[in-house]
Amino acid sequence: MSENTEIGSGFRPSGQLQFGVFFQGVNSGTIWKAPEAGSQTDFESFRRLAQTAERGLFAAFFLGEGLRLREHLGRPHALDVAGRPDAQTMLAALAAVTTKIGLVATQNTTYNDPADLAHRLSSLDLLSGGRAAWNVVTTDNAWTGANFRRGGYLDHADRYRHAEAFVETAKRIWDAWDDGAIAGSTAAPGWAAPDSIRRVRHEGQHYSVDYVPRLPRSAQHRPVLFQAGDSSEGRDFAARQADVIFSAHAKFDAALDFRRDIVARTLKAGRGANDVQIMPASEFILAATAAEALEKKEWVRSLQIGPRQAIAYLEQFWGRELSSYDPDGPLPEIDPVVEETSETRGSGFHGAKARQLADQWRAEAKDKGLSIRQFVSAKTSRVDATFTGSYAEIADRLGDYARAGAVDGFNISPWLVPSGLDDIVNHLVPELQERGIYPTEYGGSTLREHLSLPVPVRSADASPVSAASDVDTAGDDIRLELAVRSQQL
Amino acid sequence: MSAATNTTARQGFLALELDGDGAHPAAWRAAAHAPAALLSGDRIRATVLAAESAGFHAATFADGPVDAQLSRPGVGAAGRLDAVQRAAFASPLTRSIVLVPQVDTVFTEPFHVATQLASLDYVSGGRAGWLVSASGTAAEGAAVGRTAVAGDGLAGEAAASIEVGRRLWDSWEDGAVVRDVASGRYLDVDQLHYADFDTEKFFPAEGFPGAGYSVKGPAIIPRPLQGQLPVLVPAELFAQLPDPSAADAVLVSAPSTELLATEVAELRGRLDGAGPAPAIIAELDVVLDARGQSAADRVAALDAHTPWHNPRARYVGSAEGLVELLAEVLAAADGVRLHPAVVDVDVEELSRLVLPALRRRGTLAPTLVDGTFRDLLGLGRPANRYTAEREEGERNE
Repeated sequence: MSENTEIGSGFRPSGQLQFGVFFQGVNSGTIWKAPEAGSQTDFESFRRLAQTAERGLFAAFFLGEGLRLREHLGRPHALDVAGRPDAQTMLAALAAVTTKIGLVATQNTTYNDPADLAHRLSSLDLLSGGRAAWNVVTTDNAWTGANFRRGGYLDHADRYRHAEAFVETAKRIWDAWDDGAIAGSTAAPGWAAPDSIRRVRHEGQHYSVDYVPRLPRSAQHRPVLFQAGDSSEGRDFAARQADVIFSAHAKFDAALDFRRDIVARTLKAGRGANDVQIMPASEFILAATAAEALEKKEWVRSLQIGPRQAIAYLEQFWGRELSSYDPDGPLPEIDPVVEETSETRGSGFHGAKARQLADQWRAEAKDKGLSIRQFVSAKTSRVDATFTGSYAEIADRLGDYARAGAVDGFNISPWLVPSGLDDIVNHLVPELQERGIYPTEYGGSTLREHLSLPVPVRSADASPVSAASDVDTAGDDIRLELAVRSQQL
Repeated sequence: MSAATNTTARQGFLALELDGDGAHPAAWRAAAHAPAALLSGDRIRATVLAAESAGFHAATFADGPVDAQLSRPGVGAAGRLDAVQRAAFASPLTRSIVLVPQVDTVFTEPFHVATQLASLDYVSGGRAGWLVSASGTAAEGAAVGRTAVAGDGLAGEAAASIEVGRRLWDSWEDGAVVRDVASGRYLDVDQLHYADFDTEKFFPAEGFPGAGYSVKGPAIIPRPLQGQLPVLVPAELFAQLPDPSAADAVLVSAPSTELLATEVAELRGRLDGAGPAPAIIAELDVVLDARGQSAADRVAALDAHTPWHNPRARYVGSAEGLVELLAEVLAAADGVRLHPAVVDVDVEELSRLVLPALRRRGTLAPTLVDGTFRDLLGLGRPANRYTAEREEGERNE
């Protein structure tokens, strides 16, 4: 823990933490080889995880999205869990069997139409009584675009502008109905008051929208926005548009640095120091004692990265088959066949300098005396983001985060589905509650209330105007270069 | 027992359209809730549970743009929740009722539609279907930066979109998730297939009547529980589909109740002998005598607010008369879809008087218990197009 935990710049730590749960569905972190590993597609897996999270007063249930099946050396990747339901369809079903927990859908700006996506998110928000959120991601590759009529038409740099214009159009769609638009009684002159709903128009470089929004604002006004971009441009995008950042910085010092950086960017964007919250991705391996937790960690890691996964991980960088190598031996001495790793293929290694990386890794593995399996396990285990220890010990560590305001909470990826939250809800949550750093009841009925987020200001152009009211936006709002993390969550 | 395999007395199923407050544009004035409560989960819960407990076999959820003449007083509801989401929300609340959203094929991304519908099949335990629509209006197009589609273009878009869905639903064979600990494989890659849909290949002779496109696949979700979701197509669109076998059921309308059974019989005649025939579902608007008011008076009262124009046959009258009409239509059709003028009023009467009488007569198929929509339609589990190809290939190796 660093000496100076002061954030400054007017930021006020809440002293509280919130939890979210991230049902990943496609990744190596979810164990499928253990007998207790459940289905990745049956509704009961999702229901159980969401209801357990709600019992533990989690703020949010989070679903990922990847719009093309991951591939490995030109064929679908066989070794990890894969195949998952559409996020919003699943969340709409979960809205019927939960009452409080927020429902977060990862949705891509590149392969959706703003009017359609904004409408569906708005629909989920109303169905759930104001519990919906959108985790904004963008991808730009033609490989994913091959699944879509619109194709993969974005330049790498363009997707940032596209994303912000998209989000701003969505906000206008969500704000297009006046609060009193719908008749208060069945005797009113019409279902909607005249001139209470505005048409939204956008003409831009990437798309044009001319749309009469079909839904009013929800109990939380509009869906909460999550964002996961980590580049400088991505952080600026979040500072301007997002309510919560799903960050990659869970280690205490890194989390503090990230918070300071986000506070500075948020102030610069004209918002309050506390207006953008931070919830890093994380993993918890817990037990009654620290020793048992360590033992459990060994078990978890051995099931996450088996011998074939270890080889396959290297193959992604080497670009060639390495099945003749011993997973318990040293890293391959042969060089990668490619200069750079090819297109993302759903695995997030876009443009890595393969040969350079291979040299580095061989040196690193040799230095530490690691086999292929040990090396890959270390590389993929997100060391920063894993909390391993006894319930009490981890609760104490999380207390440091809460007091300093390093984060607002954690977005937890369970390594087992659907029982992966049981330990956390049954044992860690009570420890945190005893320490006064975790809610003892839900803060309201909407996600915005659970997270104590401010009521959003209506889009500037959304004040009531006369009939045929038009909301126009010209150009694609190319004010700023924006970066949004391309990783498929 | 399914509608199609019953050989003694023909039995049919009943579907109920649950959109909004009812089929009449002024239905909201007779609804049992404040107007804004329409757009809520509570409303879906209440209506779908009423439909299920009444014994309806299926609920459908209309979608598409609502009347956007926003500055004209007296107009109907201007709000509508997404139909796939309404069906998904209804899924875990119900056990037996089939849930069928209407989903557009012209201005949607076929890959998203296929994924959403497959997902609905998972959350509903195999009770999902797809009511295909293709209206192609300029307003719908403008929302997504496209122009109106009409004529042949509509059937082309619908056919392409259905084909994408069907290929993607087969792109994972049933056994693709192997979870083989010994070999370390979660998936058997040999059981995953590219859909490789391309309008140029799919419409070789006459060509695709719009801007062509392709969809690669495989799906990002395993094969739906039913293998293939039943696809329902309105008769006018069905008539233009290049391949009629794309549809599992056809929705038939007639200008009057007298003509409905005839219309159904005529379509059946045209379909006979042309391969496996789709199920035929007759469309009917319904207004019943209720709460001391005659059906005709109820219509007049609602029409005084907003006139009701609609191409469907409309039954206005007593429950007994409706029982007779439905018995007659169900003797020819596989099912009837009812569009209640006012959900909150007419469903109660249907539940109290109409469905019990039809059940006593033996006209209705039993409701599903742990069954699928395909079971209701008498369709078996479909073979996977790629499984046969793969096995053939393996035999030739």
